[in-house]
Amino acid sequence: MRTVLALGIVKGLIAQIIGTALGMGLVIVIRLLGGRPAWEAEPIVVVGALVGAIGLLIGAGVFSDWFKWTRGEETPMRHGPPEGKPAWTRYFGVDYSHKVIGVQYTVTGILLLLVAGSLAMVFRLELAHSGIQFLDAATYNTYMSAHGIVMIASILLGVGGMANYLVPLMIGASDMAFPRLNALGYWVNVPGALLVLAGMVVGGWNTGWTGYPPLSAQAPMGVQLFFLGVYFIGLSSILGAVNLIVTTLRMRAPGMTLFRMPIFVWAMLATSIIQLTATQLIGLSFLMVVVQRLLGMGFFDPSLTNEAIILGSTPGAPVLFQHLFWFYSHPAVYVFVLPGLGIISELLPVFARKPLFGYKWIAMSSMAIALVGFLVWGHHMFVAGIESSLRVPMMFSTMLVAVPTGVKFFSWVATIWQGKLSFPTPMLFVLAAISVFLIGGLSGPPNATVSTDMFLHDTYWVVGHFHATMFGGFVFPFFAAVYYWFPKVTGRKYNETLGKLHFWLMTPGFWLQSLGQMRIGLLGMRRRIVDYDPALGIDTGQLLITIAGFVIAFSVLIMLYNLITSARSQEVAESNPWRSRSPEWQIPSPIPEESYARPVVIVGEPYDYGLPGSVYARMSPVGASGAPE
Amino acid sequence: MSAITSTLEAYQQQLRSNRLGLWLFFISEAFLFGGLLAARFYLWGNSRPDLDQALGLTITAVLLISSFFMNRAETAIAHDDRKTFLESLLVTAILGVIFLIGVVGFEWSGHIKPWHGAYGAVLYGMTGMHALHVLSGIIFILIVWNNGRKGHYSGERHWGVEACAIYWHYVDLVWVFFYPALYLIGTVVH
Ligand code: HEM
Ligand SMILES: [Cu+2]
Repeated sequence: MRTVLALGIVKGLIAQIIGTALGMGLVIVIRLLGGRPAWEAEPIVVVGALVGAIGLLIGAGVFSDWFKWTRGEETPMRHGPPEGKPAWTRYFGVDYSHKVIGVQYTVTGILLLLVAGSLAMVFRLELAHSGIQFLDAATYNTYMSAHGIVMIASILLGVGGMANYLVPLMIGASDMAFPRLNALGYWVNVPGALLVLAGMVVGGWNTGWTGYPPLSAQAPMGVQLFFLGVYFIGLSSILGAVNLIVTTLRMRAPGMTLFRMPIFVWAMLATSIIQLTATQLIGLSFLMVVVQRLLGMGFFDPSLTNEAIILGSTPGAPVLFQHLFWFYSHPAVYVFVLPGLGIISELLPVFARKPLFGYKWIAMSSMAIALVGFLVWGHHMFVAGIESSLRVPMMFSTMLVAVPTGVKFFSWVATIWQGKLSFPTPMLFVLAAISVFLIGGLSGPPNATVSTDMFLHDTYWVVGHFHATMFGGFVFPFFAAVYYWFPKVTGRKYNETLGKLHFWLMTPGFWLQSLGQMRIGLLGMRRRIVDYDPALGIDTGQLLITIAGFVIAFSVLIMLYNLITSARSQEVAESNPWRSRSPEWQIPSPIPEESYARPVVIVGEPYDYGLPGSVYARMSPVGASGAPE
Repeated sequence: MSAITSTLEAYQQQLRSNRLGLWLFFISEAFLFGGLLAARFYLWGNSRPDLDQALGLTITAVLLISSFFMNRAETAIAHDDRKTFLESLLVTAILGVIFLIGVVGFEWSGHIKPWHGAYGAVLYGMTGMHALHVLSGIIFILIVWNNGRKGHYSGERHWGVEACAIYWHYVDLVWVFFYPALYLIGTVVH
């Protein structure tokens, strides 16, 4: 009991409750002092939520070292589990090891995946048949909106998990450049996710994950907590990106030039550039709606009061929100997929026993996708009334993204070509990822073409498109990564039969779901709506999609069962079961507290699989100092 | 390698990482302020509200002068001149407070209120976000000042001072863009 109460997360939650109460009380006091009625739900709830979230971080101990610094005390870096406590407790508190933080990210990501998935199961049941079954429209809207944004949070956490665990290991570093910042980067997600979920109970909201005004300016109060929660999650992206870029640029092992980095590190570098910069704009756009609702600041309000007219003021503009929002949220889709595409490129050579085809091209294509991605946001706004002079340029720039994406496909095919293929579960998921991402990618250009998008916009076609890109670009590769590095993280083997079962259920299930969504979209099914006309003739299609959705959900449960039971009982894994050349596979599993007791030196190319006598990483002799020059 | 040189070596390694990290953070923040500027031009176009020009010029001058003292403080500690260092820091903080009073106390009590159309929204959005940064900068300065008073920092090791100084200059630089966007560009409609 004492141990549980001392856990960072428990202390944090208690502090969050106290903080929320304090924040609410503060607003009430200020209101009373100003001679206004004590209670007005929205400002009180918003400030309470904000103070509570900060309370959680302080209570969990995220800031403790920094508070000491402000008083001029030095704090030595903590290593290993907290003193006198069982080792598992470090996963539930503030810990500075990137390996612990990586696992925290990943597990939290999977938990959010389950939450968001369950919401989808509920509204898929509702959609399985035309007419209203058991969800009213408001509840449907809340569930659908929460599903979308919680899934996005889950993806961002999954990306953070892979980045934090793998990047320092892959470049032969002892840890991230800023371990304390790293802990903060993880922990802000906790209040972030809690706030979004709390938004569901304080009225819910009906805007979808995009939160467009004017609807979001009038939506129920839950939308405020959704905005605030996303703000915290976005903060995590920014902090994580700073850390990752500095780590990658400054902490590589001797001999690891930029073009000798594992390809996943390149993918994360490109991803981090997007996260570092674009995230500010979704944060800003959400903050602007928050203050529009709270203080009447009419950024997106096209109407003017008399006073404003006398001042000569111009009106607000709802389309401005979409510009700011998509300036982040289009690049953000590459945040979701670039790491996953990196995983595909990382694993294929291992299972094909062949060099990665066109390493430099792949590295550069990630960068190109990230940079061109900044020039295409208008393709989400073709029918939103944007300047018509923007439409065609945005259409062309969008098509341009297909070029570096195509480079990746060609490289994957050429890497597989004439390889000595083997098909354990991770490889199966990699291949599934390629097939699914192909569906998603091919369904993109019709959206990007102004004339066709007039018809496709706001239909289930788009829903099919982005589920395919996100599953192909993130979910499948992420599962591949989970299976692949599971032996490294836990030191145990997972159950291969269950892994294959997961694959054989999920892959066809997903094809059916995604192609089905596109099909009913073409037949007239709109997005974000609880009901549809039976005359559309899509009842059967909807039913099939629902069944496919449940199959996918069931297969994910199999994976969880597999991972949990394997971690506890399965046989011990060898240290390098996949015969990988990457440095993290040359050390024992699970990895000791100090990952590289003997510093790594890079002496060759990363992906020269099958080339006799070639070496990538070598451990320097005991006692030698591996300090970079 | 003696223990002292090895820790100095480690300190300098970490210093280089810290600097890079701080600059990355600035790049990130540039997108935040850039977004606000974009909103200003999108919503106000070629017009602007009638703001108190004397006030605008005064607070801008105050903030620019504060950067001079911040620089003086940093140079002083780099030469182990603690007295000038502490004095200049305090002057910087005081100038920062004067700037804040100018914005929050005077500009915000003018005839434009946050709910007055796009004029109010953008004016308060931009000055508010900037004022928050100035406020955090002042707190940062006071922390550094307090630690400096207790004898922390030396000519060789003063990353805390350096970070504080660059941050302050950065916030100052942002205002160099915000001031013309709010006070100078565009014509006043009556
Ligand atoms: C060749 C590549 C791609 C092209 C040309 C493309 C194009 C488009 C276009 C034009 C839209 C807007 C459709 C509309 O609402 O009318 C769209 C939506 C979307 N795309 Fe893509 N896309 C591509 C790849 C991707 C990738 C890799 C992702 C990664 C996850 C992605 C995620 C999304 C998402 C999430 C939406 C829906 C946004 C919403 O909620 O409205 N797309 N895509
Ligand atoms: Cu897009």
